[in-house]
Amino acid sequence: MRFALTTEQRDFGAAVAALLEAVPEGDGRWARLAELGVPAVLVPEEHGGAGGDDVDLLAPLEEAGRAAAPEPIVEAAVAAGLLRGTDLAAEWLPRLAAGEAFIAVTEPGTPHAVHAARAGLLLTERDGAWFATSAFALAERPSIDPARGLSSVDAPDGVRLAEGPEAADRGAALTAAYLLGVGRQMIDMTVRYAGQRVQFGRAIGSYQAVKHQLADALVAVEFARPTVHRAAHSLAAAAPTASRDASAAKAMASDAALHAARVALQVHGAIGYTMEHDLHRWLRRAWSLAAAWGDADHHRRRVADLLLGAEGEPVRTP
Amino acid sequence: MDLEFTPAERAFRAEVRDWLAANDPGPLPSMDTPEGFDLHRDWEARLCEARLSVVTWPEEHGGRGASLTEWLIFEEEYYRAGAPARVSQNGIFLLAPSLFEYGTAEQRARFLPPMARGEEIWAQGWSEPEAGSDLANVRSRAERGDGGWRLSGQKTWSSRATYGHWLFGLFRTDPDSSRHRGLTYFLVPLDAEGVTVRGIRQLDGEPGFAEVFLDDVFVPDSCVLGGVGEGWTVAMSTTGSERGLTLRSPGRFMAAADRLVGLARDAAPGESLREDVARAWMEADAYRLFTFQTLTRLESGEPIGPESSINKIFWSELDLRLHRTALRMLGPDGELPGNGWSDGFLFALAGPIYGGTNEIQRNIIAERVLGLPREPKGGKR
Repeated sequence: MRFALTTEQRDFGAAVAALLEAVPEGDGRWARLAELGVPAVLVPEEHGGAGGDDVDLLAPLEEAGRAAAPEPIVEAAVAAGLLRGTDLAAEWLPRLAAGEAFIAVTEPGTPHAVHAARAGLLLTERDGAWFATSAFALAERPSIDPARGLSSVDAPDGVRLAEGPEAADRGAALTAAYLLGVGRQMIDMTVRYAGQRVQFGRAIGSYQAVKHQLADALVAVEFARPTVHRAAHSLAAAAPTASRDASAAKAMASDAALHAARVALQVHGAIGYTMEHDLHRWLRRAWSLAAAWGDADHHRRRVADLLLGAEGEPVRTP
Repeated sequence: MDLEFTPAERAFRAEVRDWLAANDPGPLPSMDTPEGFDLHRDWEARLCEARLSVVTWPEEHGGRGASLTEWLIFEEEYYRAGAPARVSQNGIFLLAPSLFEYGTAEQRARFLPPMARGEEIWAQGWSEPEAGSDLANVRSRAERGDGGWRLSGQKTWSSRATYGHWLFGLFRTDPDSSRHRGLTYFLVPLDAEGVTVRGIRQLDGEPGFAEVFLDDVFVPDSCVLGGVGEGWTVAMSTTGSERGLTLRSPGRFMAAADRLVGLARDAAPGESLREDVARAWMEADAYRLFTFQTLTRLESGEPIGPESSINKIFWSELDLRLHRTALRMLGPDGELPGNGWSDGFLFALAGPIYGGTNEIQRNIIAERVLGLPREPKGGKR
């Protein structure tokens, strides 16, 4: 039993964090992330990838969340997972790994895909099966979170890929990893603000009414983290509990991020309610991504179905 | 990341499961009744004979030198079997870690074996009428006497003191001191001359804790744990254990969450309750995972400090939500004792209060984990 990331995995996250801090958002940054190997993690080595697994993505995703980075790291991983071992792998995976091609993925049960305007290939889910096509129509969809780059897509079936819940589970679990970073960053920003903002002659962070809200937000995020890490491990190991673990991770991380967003805005007060302060970028990420790939209610219902629909003692991983 | 149990750990789990299946005495009367107290001690003695009462302790003191992972496995199996509550809990989980860290060889030899056998039951002596959340406001005092100390004062909310044998707690040895300084950690026999114990009935009707009055009670120097004046440091190691790993292992909540799933399968509740069942189960599971994460950190040599406060808030509140969900599912049967959940609900209600209230834990998280400014504290002495 060793429930922690390796030094190498943590260093990978730190390298991503350093890049996201040094390079401003824009078209060039995805290529730089590709140089670090971010879209290549789930691509097999034979196709120019790292042959890694979901656990390798936990630290980079949490750092991306901390930076409110809009890049489609989750979507690249879902696409790599879907294309591995298919006839399309040799054509698309090397370019995905190199950051040359972008592959869009619809979030199950919706016509929504992020950054689809830049995509050469679209993967869509219908009735539990996934299809790939290069011929798709799209319409921009304004989102409360402009960083999403959201579109509504319309596609014929295309080439049939895998069936089963793995891709949706991956999208949920990895989005959950990103949300940990979003939540923790909002807490840290708010702690800094509450330590500086003085009212009634004292930093507002010295008041228990403020302290206790931040403490509760921290408890929510810190308890979501091991659930998210376990979900990545279960996906990587194709554990029988992978779907339930992914849903638990997304439910807890979505709730935690929304909780942190609520507290962050309340403690910032009016300045947090403006476009002049940066907080809104993380608020928007929390609001949109808490709902993307299934919101907390959806995933709790799924956990309930999987727990109550089974017989005997619930099986756990580990 | 390695989430596999070793073959040895799986074998240990099987041994514990088999032993409990063959030996679990089933439900006993409350440990806070005279009859139940003795039956719970008998059970501790049987556990000890199988070297299962204190698995992590060294063999010389009655344990089997088990790893923390094995201890968590033991706890999972113990609660899964529904085995009796641990009447020796204050001793084995709270005092023992401090004895191992601060005790002399003589103290360990004297106190640990009877603790492991359930012969001597320990009570907590933290709170006083004027020292609850503000524990450093302790007023009970110890004065130097011939070959020892003379203790006077009053302790309250002392768990297991009604029928127990010994009490551990803080006394002020420096009369000119205040707050955290000048305190000493004492081990006090409850049958000593000058000790009066008055049981206090808890919400379940039984005297699970007591007031303890000390009137010039003599204890020898061998009853001081750690150095004179070092009491606060020793006490913090004890309360750290309580909030952290050792008091509330995940096994307790996992077993309750699994029972809740069983209840929900039978009761077929509506959507909102189904979601709450899922939530309770996920939270118990998250607590287990959080514990494994902590375990890995401990094994890597990282210290666990104020983060243990995060832990205490999470398990105490999940326990309460879990039991509330069960009672809601029981509907009109929720008020009936013997429904399998009311005792647990009453017990869960105490969680956010003991071991340092959750409000105190939130202050600790905010100030020592997040680094928010300390609150100016008034009313020194």
